[in-house]
Amino acid sequence: MGAGALFVAVFLACAVEAVEATTIVLAAGTARDWRSANSGMFAALVVLAVITVALGPAVSALPIQALRLFVGALLLVFGLQWLRKAILRASGHKALHDEDAIYQAQVRAAQSEPAHRAGLVPDIYGFTLSFKGVLLEGLEVVFIALTFGGNAHQIPLAALAAGCAVAVVALAGVALRAPLARVPENTMKFAVGVMLTAFGTFWGAEGVGARWPGSDSALLVIVPAIALFALALVALLRRTPARSAGAAARVVAEVR
Amino acid sequence: MTGHLRAFSAFLYDFVIGDDWLVAAGVAIGLAATYLLAHAAHVTAWWLVPVLLVALLPISLWRGVRGS
Repeated sequence: MGAGALFVAVFLACAVEAVEATTIVLAAGTARDWRSANSGMFAALVVLAVITVALGPAVSALPIQALRLFVGALLLVFGLQWLRKAILRASGHKALHDEDAIYQAQVRAAQSEPAHRAGLVPDIYGFTLSFKGVLLEGLEVVFIALTFGGNAHQIPLAALAAGCAVAVVALAGVALRAPLARVPENTMKFAVGVMLTAFGTFWGAEGVGARWPGSDSALLVIVPAIALFALALVALLRRTPARSAGAAARVVAEVR
Repeated sequence: MTGHLRAFSAFLYDFVIGDDWLVAAGVAIGLAATYLLAHAAHVTAWWLVPVLLVALLPISLWRGVRGS
C-alpha cells in the first residue's frame, strides 16, 4: 500500500471526525462557557493520548493475519455503513449532513440547561458536552489511525496524517469560531466510505487466507471499482422516488 | 450500573452494527465463506468478498429506501 494512499485515506477519515468534534466544542463554548468547553476538550485529548499509548504497541504486536481479519471485517462493516448513508444522502433519500443545523440544535439544547459548578470547572454541562463529543469522535480517529497504520506497518505515518487532519480542522474552527459548514462533508464522507470499504474488502479477504491477484496493486482496481459502483447506485436511486410524501418533507425540513 | 451497561451496549451496537444489522451479518457470513473456500476447498477465493459487496450494498440500500 502506497504511503500517499495511506496518508490520504487516514487524513480524510480523521478530518470528517474532527469536523464533528469541532462543531460540538464550538456549540458548548458558545452556548455555555468557553473555559469549561476547553477543559472538556483537553481532558478528552488526555484520555485519548493514554488510550493511544496503551493500544499502539498492542496493535503492533498482533500477528498480521489476525490483525488484517479483525481490521478488515470492521472496516468493511464501517465502510459499507458510511457508503450506505452517503449514497442515500446523495440520491435524496436521507437528509444531507448539515453542520450549521447540527450546531444550532446543540446550542439550543445546551442553552436550556442550568449551570452547575463542579470543582475547578465553572459549568459541568459544558465540560461534559465537550468531553463526550471529543472523546467519541476521537476514538474513531484513534481507531482509524492505529488500524490503517498497523496493517500497513506505518503507524507513525498514519498518526501524522491523523494529527494533521485534527490540527487543520481545529485551527479552522478556532479561526472562524463558527461551524465548519463550508467543508464539503457529504462529499468527504462518500470518499471515506469508498476508501474504508475498499481497504476492508482487501484486508478482510487477506485476513481469512485469500490472495489477491497483483497483491497490494489490487487496491488500484478495487478503489475505483467501488467508487464507480457507488456512483451508479446513486444514479439509480435518484430515479426512485421517496416512499412517502412525509419522508420527502422530512428530508427537506432536516436539510433546512 | 444496569443503566450504564445498557448505555454502553447501545453505544457498542450503534458503533459496530449501525443502521442496518444485515450489513454486519453479511460481512461475517461472507468472510466465513471465503475462509472455507480458501482453506477447506482450496479454491481461489479473493472474488467472494467483492461479489458479496455487489449484492449486499443494493439490498441494504433498498431496505433503507423502503424504510424512509
